[in-house]
Amino acid sequence: MAENKHKLLEVKGLTMDFGGLRAVDSVTLEVYEGDIAALIGPNGAGKTTFFNCITGIYNPSKGDILLHPKGLKTRRLNGLKPNKVTEMGLARTFQNIRLFPDMTVLENVMIGRHCRTNSGIFKAIIRSKSVRDEEQQIVESSYHLLEKVGLADFANEFSKNLPYGAQRRLEIARAMATDPFLLLLDEPAAGMNPQETSDLEQLICKISAEEQIAILLIEHDMKLVMNISDPIYVMEYGKKIAEGSPEEIKDNPKVVEAYLGEETE
Amino acid sequence: MEYFLQLFFGGLTRGSIYALIALGYTMVYGIIQLINFAHGEIYMIGAFVALIVAGVCTIYGLSGVSILILAGVIAIIYSCAYGYTLEKVAYRPLRGAPRLSPLISAIGMSIFLQNYVLLAQTPDFLPFPRLIPDFDFMEPVAHIIGSPELVILITTVVTMILLTLLIKKTRVGKAMRATQQDMNMARLVGVNVDRIISLTFIIGSALAAIGGVLVASYIGQVNFYIGFLAGVKAFTAAVLGGIGSIPGAVLGGLVLGWAESFAAGYISSDYEDVFTFGLLVLILILRPAGILGKSHKQKV
Repeated sequence: MAENKHKLLEVKGLTMDFGGLRAVDSVTLEVYEGDIAALIGPNGAGKTTFFNCITGIYNPSKGDILLHPKGLKTRRLNGLKPNKVTEMGLARTFQNIRLFPDMTVLENVMIGRHCRTNSGIFKAIIRSKSVRDEEQQIVESSYHLLEKVGLADFANEFSKNLPYGAQRRLEIARAMATDPFLLLLDEPAAGMNPQETSDLEQLICKISAEEQIAILLIEHDMKLVMNISDPIYVMEYGKKIAEGSPEEIKDNPKVVEAYLGEETE
Repeated sequence: MEYFLQLFFGGLTRGSIYALIALGYTMVYGIIQLINFAHGEIYMIGAFVALIVAGVCTIYGLSGVSILILAGVIAIIYSCAYGYTLEKVAYRPLRGAPRLSPLISAIGMSIFLQNYVLLAQTPDFLPFPRLIPDFDFMEPVAHIIGSPELVILITTVVTMILLTLLIKKTRVGKAMRATQQDMNMARLVGVNVDRIISLTFIIGSALAAIGGVLVASYIGQVNFYIGFLAGVKAFTAAVLGGIGSIPGAVLGGLVLGWAESFAAGYISSDYEDVFTFGLLVLILILRPAGILGKSHKQKV
């Protein structure tokens, strides 16, 4: 891996126990700027648990999660609340869609931007001039994001009325609204048809290239993963079993074994 | 016809007060799925604070309307402080506990606050001054709707419009709606959920205090126990309309107010509360989710 690239996320020996069950077992992982990294593995390998630890939903049992924002001092994320993690510049989407169903598409995006504004509750209630200007700015930048993911025409629809693929794209737009430098995508292509998947592939590449947002994604669609990600990390039974470029992963016997089972004589 | 209108406006006034208190129940329930049984006590404390302020103001010789406004504002501030503290002390430590625990904590806080007022103030009924003056222009219709009713109606309508604007238009309202629809997701897009919950309690308490002051000056007496019945009735209104739904709370309040008023006027006032709670049972049998409530299946 290129040594001159800035390291954004550093996870060292992350372990998560649920009672006697070790869901994540000392996993070490790094994400550099400009990366589209992927985390793959069979179902139940602990990938989503790993995401949940990073984003503050779970407090990991052991290990360190370090965020190195460019030009700012390193922050340890262990035990921070999710909204604090988001403020640090790390956003995520979910495996199953979790939009706010009874809010419009635009509102769904706007809510993500609010953590980047500084007006307090009382200012917001009184609606001073500065608050209104800020609100206008939020509307504009949210529209801009919707254009980027191709949803500007649906801005005033309720998000529950969007087709599936569009809901997925809206989730990405909402995550981007929090102005992250690292975006975690949990199975963004789950349930998509090949056309939608290929649109998504382009969208992810576009985000990575144009917005300077590094991406770490969990995905089962191997074609998507092999096309766009480097490096790839592989987990099985909570442990990291391999890491490397797509070519290295493809030929790694441990990975083949994890997916296809042991070869019999 | 005149009698009918009288009952109609009486029911409307009553109902709008129930609605005001029911909003506090329903907003809190919408966000943290807790029936805040101490909500009625916040209403009672609002009325008591208003009484104390009114007493002091009368000594200084202020006039009726200015006392009403001053007493109302101070009652709101006090009740908000109580509501905020209540959430912080009794409910926040139980976040994540099984749903029964905060419910019991709520009942405990309700009993605690009642007895606190009982000991700190008095077990007797105290007279509350009639702060709402009789307006001259109301004279021709005074036999149908009096000045106090008019003031109550206008205040509640204005309050409800402000609340709707707050929820629909401001970013705080957006954060509240997001928290209601998916609390964890709201956290992940950077909403400070704890602050939104505190704010919900503060807004609910302010509404209860407004209700408390209006009712106390309308009925003319207060007591440490008034919060209980008002709370139960408002809770009924919230359930009638569909708990968690804001328009539902208003509708439930009005339906309840009219039901009480007409039943008392045409049948018998002795059975007023029987009709109220009979209606509750009836609606729960026919529409368990309430009039405007959505019945949603429990996700596993």
